[in-house]
Amino acid sequence: MSGHHHHDHDHDNHFTPIEARVKALESLMVGKGYVDPAALDAIIDTYETKIGPRNGARVVARAWVDPDFAARLKADGTAAVAELGFGGRGGEHTVACFNTPEEHNLIVCTLCSCYPWPLLGLPPVWYKSPPYRAKAVIDPRGTLADFGLTLPEGQRIRVWDSTAETRFLVIPMRPAGTEGWSEDKLASIVNRDSMIGTGLPRVEDADRGTTS
Amino acid sequence: MNGAQDLGGQMGFGPVQPEPNEPIFHAEWEKRVLAINVAAGAMGGWTIDGIRAARESLPPAQYLSSSYYEIWLAGLHKILVEKGFVTPEELQQGKPLAPAKTPKRVLKGDEVAAVLRRGFPYEREAEAPARFAVGDVVRTRVMHPQHHTRLPRYARGKRGVIERITGCHVFPDTGAQGLPETAQWLYTVVFTGPELWGPDADPTSSVSIEAWESYLEPA
Repeated sequence: MSGHHHHDHDHDNHFTPIEARVKALESLMVGKGYVDPAALDAIIDTYETKIGPRNGARVVARAWVDPDFAARLKADGTAAVAELGFGGRGGEHTVACFNTPEEHNLIVCTLCSCYPWPLLGLPPVWYKSPPYRAKAVIDPRGTLADFGLTLPEGQRIRVWDSTAETRFLVIPMRPAGTEGWSEDKLASIVNRDSMIGTGLPRVEDADRGTTS
Repeated sequence: MNGAQDLGGQMGFGPVQPEPNEPIFHAEWEKRVLAINVAAGAMGGWTIDGIRAARESLPPAQYLSSSYYEIWLAGLHKILVEKGFVTPEELQQGKPLAPAKTPKRVLKGDEVAAVLRRGFPYEREAEAPARFAVGDVVRTRVMHPQHHTRLPRYARGKRGVIERITGCHVFPDTGAQGLPETAQWLYTVVFTGPELWGPDADPTSSVSIEAWESYLEPA
């Protein structure tokens, strides 16, 4: 064995078993002509830099300031979010679930990890993990407690199990103390969890630019 | 199938543990698994339910002890072999050893933005009117098929109300088996907490599922 080969071998051993399996799969898929490496990079770039919860936050903020948009969003979520340029893979059929003083909405996918990708990006690990998928439907208030959220006395809770290609976006209620705010400033308080139903918008987050 | 994926109502997993400031990916390989999954799906060799079925058929102990991207990787290995795109030896060695199968399409880098934006809509032209109307009381069927289904166990044999007619959508149970595409009316069906979980359940809670017409019968 030449020194050069020896070097290559050492290099390969830097991979963990899962890294090695993924590298093998990618090499094979590219080698067989099944995937274009440029497509892989474009897909990663899309979900890393272009699509995330700020999209959903824009939908919520628009619904808060524009009652006509809110009405369209309620009637046909897919068409309404398309007005803002959102839709597509993992969000072909969108339903908006409006929180009210009487009822709070909570989204789960007990069977896999269905999640409104075009509006919220890729789901967090907890959303895909057994504790959440198991507990949300049988103990929704206990699930919210895991996030430190307690609903007001008398507010019902409605859980939506995403068992089809319909994707759900919770539209939280606009918090008090935000009167006269711009749409951008409103969007800045709409965090990811408030659009899943495991959180609420936080007025104290205003203008910090975080939506995660 | 009654696999490990059907988690609704199971106990013993402990509390949900959100990760503060969670990154989008936890490792470089997760990015590659995501991208290979999306690009491989675009080949048109299986449906979204076909790949779900592949993941769900992992042995329960493996499913429950794997991270989600590990499940995706294992499911992709499985379906690529099942559909004849690769051989187990090729996966082992990471290089082509047998002639390639011709996929319906190969997603090119410059097509990604448009394809992701367009997505893959699941609504189809209806051939018959919807059997149920909003407000109808229905009962979900009791069934335990060996194949993929989207009717979770906790919601079988339960009385619910049709809240919304979503449209006529591609039927997962047959598509997952590689059978020709069919479509059925799809409904949002709401159940009370006590109907699903018994008299001790929170009466101010309710749960809905999206149910295809053949999952339902009049109550």
